[in-house]
Amino acid sequence: MLGLKKTDATLLIVVTILTVFAPFILNPFPTSSAMAQFNAGYPDLMQRFIIFGIFAIGFNLLFGLTGYLSFGHAAFLGIGSYAVVWMYKLLDYNVLPGLVLAVIVSGIFALAIGFISLRRSGIYFSILTLAFAQMMFAISYSDLIGRFLGTTVTNGETGLQVYTSDPQILLSAGETAPHFLGLVEMRSTYTLDAGAWSFDFNAGYYFCVVFMLMAFYLAIRIFRSPFGLMLRAVKSNQQRMSYTGLNTKPYTLAVFVISGMYAGLAGGLLAAMDPLAGAERMQWTASGEVVLMTILGGAGTLIGPVLGAGFIKYFENIFSKINDNVLHQWFAFMPDGLEDFVVFVIHPFIGKGWHLTLGLMFMMVVIFLPGGLVEGGQRIGRIFRRKDRNSSDAELDAAKQRNTPPAE
Amino acid sequence: MDAILLQILNGLDKGSAYALIALGLTLIFGTLGVVNFAHGALFMIGAFCAVTLQRIFTLSYVTLDESQKDFLGNPLKVETPYVQSWFGESLGAGIIDWSVPLAILFCIPVMVLIGFVMERGLIKHFYKRPHADQILVTFGLAIVLQEIIKYFYGANPIPTPAPELFRGSFDFGVLLGFDPNAIIYPYWRLVYFAFSAVIIGGVFAFLQFTTFGMVVRAGMADRETVGMLGINIDKRFTIMFGIAAAVAGLAGVMYAPINSPNYHMGMDFLVLSFVVVVVGGMGSLPGAVLAGFLLGILESFASMNEVKNILPGIDQIIIYVVAIIILLTRPRGLMGRKGVMEE
Amino acid sequence: MSKSNFTRRGLLKTGAVAGAAGLSLPTYLRADGHSGFTNAPTGSTVTLGFNVPQTGPYAEEGLDELRAQELAVQHLNGEGDGGMMNTFSSKALQGNGILGKKVEFVTGDTQTKSDAARASAKSMIEKDGAIMINGGSSSGVAVAVQGLCQEAGVIFMAGLTHSNDTTGKDKKANGFRHFFNAYMSGAALAPVLQNAYGADRRAYHLTADYTWGWTQQASMQAATEAMGWQTVNNVLTPLASTDFSSYIAPVLNSGADVLVLNHYGGNMVNSLTNAVQFGLQDKMVNGKQFEIVVPLYSELMAAGAGANVQGVFGSMNWNWQLQDEGSKAFTQSFGEKYGRPPSNSAHTCYVQTLLYADAVERAGTFNPCGVVEALEGFEFDGLGNGPVLYRADDHQCFKDVLVMKGTENPTNQYDTLEIVEVTPRAQVEYEPDHPMFAGGDLGACNPGA
Repeated sequence: MLGLKKTDATLLIVVTILTVFAPFILNPFPTSSAMAQFNAGYPDLMQRFIIFGIFAIGFNLLFGLTGYLSFGHAAFLGIGSYAVVWMYKLLDYNVLPGLVLAVIVSGIFALAIGFISLRRSGIYFSILTLAFAQMMFAISYSDLIGRFLGTTVTNGETGLQVYTSDPQILLSAGETAPHFLGLVEMRSTYTLDAGAWSFDFNAGYYFCVVFMLMAFYLAIRIFRSPFGLMLRAVKSNQQRMSYTGLNTKPYTLAVFVISGMYAGLAGGLLAAMDPLAGAERMQWTASGEVVLMTILGGAGTLIGPVLGAGFIKYFENIFSKINDNVLHQWFAFMPDGLEDFVVFVIHPFIGKGWHLTLGLMFMMVVIFLPGGLVEGGQRIGRIFRRKDRNSSDAELDAAKQRNTPPAE
Repeated sequence: MDAILLQILNGLDKGSAYALIALGLTLIFGTLGVVNFAHGALFMIGAFCAVTLQRIFTLSYVTLDESQKDFLGNPLKVETPYVQSWFGESLGAGIIDWSVPLAILFCIPVMVLIGFVMERGLIKHFYKRPHADQILVTFGLAIVLQEIIKYFYGANPIPTPAPELFRGSFDFGVLLGFDPNAIIYPYWRLVYFAFSAVIIGGVFAFLQFTTFGMVVRAGMADRETVGMLGINIDKRFTIMFGIAAAVAGLAGVMYAPINSPNYHMGMDFLVLSFVVVVVGGMGSLPGAVLAGFLLGILESFASMNEVKNILPGIDQIIIYVVAIIILLTRPRGLMGRKGVMEE
Repeated sequence: MSKSNFTRRGLLKTGAVAGAAGLSLPTYLRADGHSGFTNAPTGSTVTLGFNVPQTGPYAEEGLDELRAQELAVQHLNGEGDGGMMNTFSSKALQGNGILGKKVEFVTGDTQTKSDAARASAKSMIEKDGAIMINGGSSSGVAVAVQGLCQEAGVIFMAGLTHSNDTTGKDKKANGFRHFFNAYMSGAALAPVLQNAYGADRRAYHLTADYTWGWTQQASMQAATEAMGWQTVNNVLTPLASTDFSSYIAPVLNSGADVLVLNHYGGNMVNSLTNAVQFGLQDKMVNGKQFEIVVPLYSELMAAGAGANVQGVFGSMNWNWQLQDEGSKAFTQSFGEKYGRPPSNSAHTCYVQTLLYADAVERAGTFNPCGVVEALEGFEFDGLGNGPVLYRADDHQCFKDVLVMKGTENPTNQYDTLEIVEVTPRAQVEYEPDHPMFAGGDLGACNPGA
């Protein structure tokens, strides 16, 4: 199907089904129940799952295939967002021109940064990309370009937003929010109430899903192509590659640019869902986040990075909102003394302590699941089908390959 | 001229903090081949050793003073530190005043212990894992460590002043024949500079002139061969990790009076210290120290008004510009060895 | 299937019926199609969203805001001693919730990042059905969340935000700010500084390089120059700086005799600590004692700077040491519950919660447009700082401003700052079209669905 092997086609279909039905899957608890706190099926978070999924898939193309660890990928995310918001400011709220521009501009930046950074490898490459990203962060955070030109380019730490005084030359009457070709507004949501449950179907979410499936499909194709094989060869031993008289740089540069364009697309989609672009998206913490997402999910696997992205965003948005009040509601059935004790024990891990839980999770996953979350999934899968333990699984191969340290 | 001298002085001081942190980081890189993202957290814990000792010294008993009211109109609770009632008012106050320097003694065993536990309990299992896994696990550990500190000490910075003796600043200008107040520099920062020079010198001497150091250096160069000689290199590496943790901790203790410690100060230094280490060259201790001072001085120069007037905002990006230039002109940083962390 | 309001109609078509406002507006979760506004409460409860920094450098500030907001919810629901509800000049609140509905709340973490703050606010609006968002500890976040609330059609009360832009360039009809702003700090501080240090001073500014820093610096420069001070230099410092020594070292040699630190939070703690380390205050320049000024104070940051704040002037929105009935009642109520005096951001968030509830009661509806109407031009007393006005033109609150000084000989851990002067409201007022606030457009209130 679509030029994919059977296992890959299955994976793509599974991902399609999961994303299309995510509004149901992510809202398993009735709205008024105490467990509703764990529901993640509201538009904003679902959009973030998908968008950061795209970001991580793109990052994984570079890191998972070639082993080049970029520590400045968030720069492209930020550029994508700025491109889209600038298109809002100049043209109108149609997201399409912005997204096209986001991918192009981030591709150009990736070409320039990649061309320079790829002259070095290993940690030297990581620090070069970090340095470029941090420079771009500092420049946008204080709007140094804007100060130089005497105008607003990034609008500093407040973030770039649309003002009524902006040109918006194509703006039609009544147009106040991002939309796709005037057909559908990104924020429009259809709410389905089914008994005690409530499910949200958001236009923007499905818009992102379309891009994510395309991105995912393209990633599979790259993984399985001769180009992808070449990149893996670079990972296993670049020196040997160059001894064969082959110049690997065009290959690595190509994948760096593709990966940067994925990030630009993700950044563009962030601004397409929510018309704001902030410099924080470029900070090293954001670059670090996508590294963590990828490793956590399983670097070099296809689905891993998406899982990792979902995992981190879930903790950030769900655990940070649990407060003591909520805990008391959950454990209200217990005797008073015990209830207070349980709340006291759990208290450090929720609300303002969500970082602690996340940190512990990082450690647990990497200690017990060396191949990332994907390996966890595989272990569960193996319990169910013990017989064909030796079946070759592309994802498992990748996880295994990753665990053999490169020859030094 | 005086402005330039002042910024050199200042750069040396900034650089000494960078160099100390980078030194510990490079020890771990070089000896163990581990990317330790928790190194910033060790620096932070060092600073909180000073806070903790200050808290211990100011443990107080409470007496009610009926003549004064607190904000709710109840009698004011007056706290008297135990040390003051035990050792007398002035000696007790003196001990509290000197809590930061005394914390050095307190910090060394604590940090070495933390280093041992970290290496034996966690890092040891990651020697053969990919660098990416090391990053993930140490980053997770850094978050956990800093959240633990936040849980006990809160998120606010905690003032930990230097002893009275070292407050105020020294007038270098007068010595050099400039006007008074032209070149002044705080005493405590001078102490910090001297202190880090001693620590850096100590670490180098230790590696250079002791058998232990020789074995470790040999292990850094070729771990397998040293192992085959029947030398228990693992044990020495554990000790090395303890030393690196102690160096980070000492950098933190002495830094506490310069800026009030808070739970995320480690993260603020993390990225910068990696840049310093890499610019210095992977696996090179002198490189790390050199890069620390170099970047410190350049950062100070970039923040001069004369420079900022020509290039606005240069002080925000100078470190990264310099890092890019150095890494492009010198493939392995200033003094890096071939083949270390290049895959 | 209950309702379908999928706006799959062309915007061009919508444009033709643009007169019928609200048609192309989004439908958020649980928005009742008939009520005409976002998240209209349908059951016996109403949900407020408290969006404060719980991680990162401002976590303590956020925690204190959260404490105050929980207290306000208790008071609204008729629990506890009622706090400022007893001293508030408007008597619409009955202690039976809001419009008879019990008040519930959800909390979130802004991380002091615009993105995270918007994500958190969105989850409150989309998932929890929050009808109002309250809190925050930075101007960047306040502006970002204010924009979101305007789009979503809920009320935003800003928390701690001091930049002129929040009710200037970036003002929004659905947003209100109880906190004072940079202009007011300058206007309140200048006369006090003139009294204390004289009219012939040369000031050196260190300014955090972001929007709030710039507006704070511009305000201070304008206010001090108006009384005769000269500005020697203004140096922008990167927000990420932790060590300010290289910026402070040249100050003494520049001929300046006052250092103005336009920094807040961790920046302020560090720059002030560094400046004191250099012993600047012990020096004599131009025959005068060298002085340091910190335009914006907060109790928590003053505590972080410790003894370094002693004798340093700054300004504040409110302080627990105020002796009016409202402040006393709030401090008492807060202190008994949490064992510590409230900070000024806690006061702001508490008061904003009450004011929102009161506005709903007076409007008789939760509809944001009704609330906006009730709050615009609202004058009241009894919530601290004397008589207060919520100006209709820009939704900025006008009230007395406090000039503070670091206590020289603190007697306990909360005794860090003392009130030097309560600057009357008239002295800090300005025209809505003042150049420092120009360029914005309040727009019309947006009820959402």
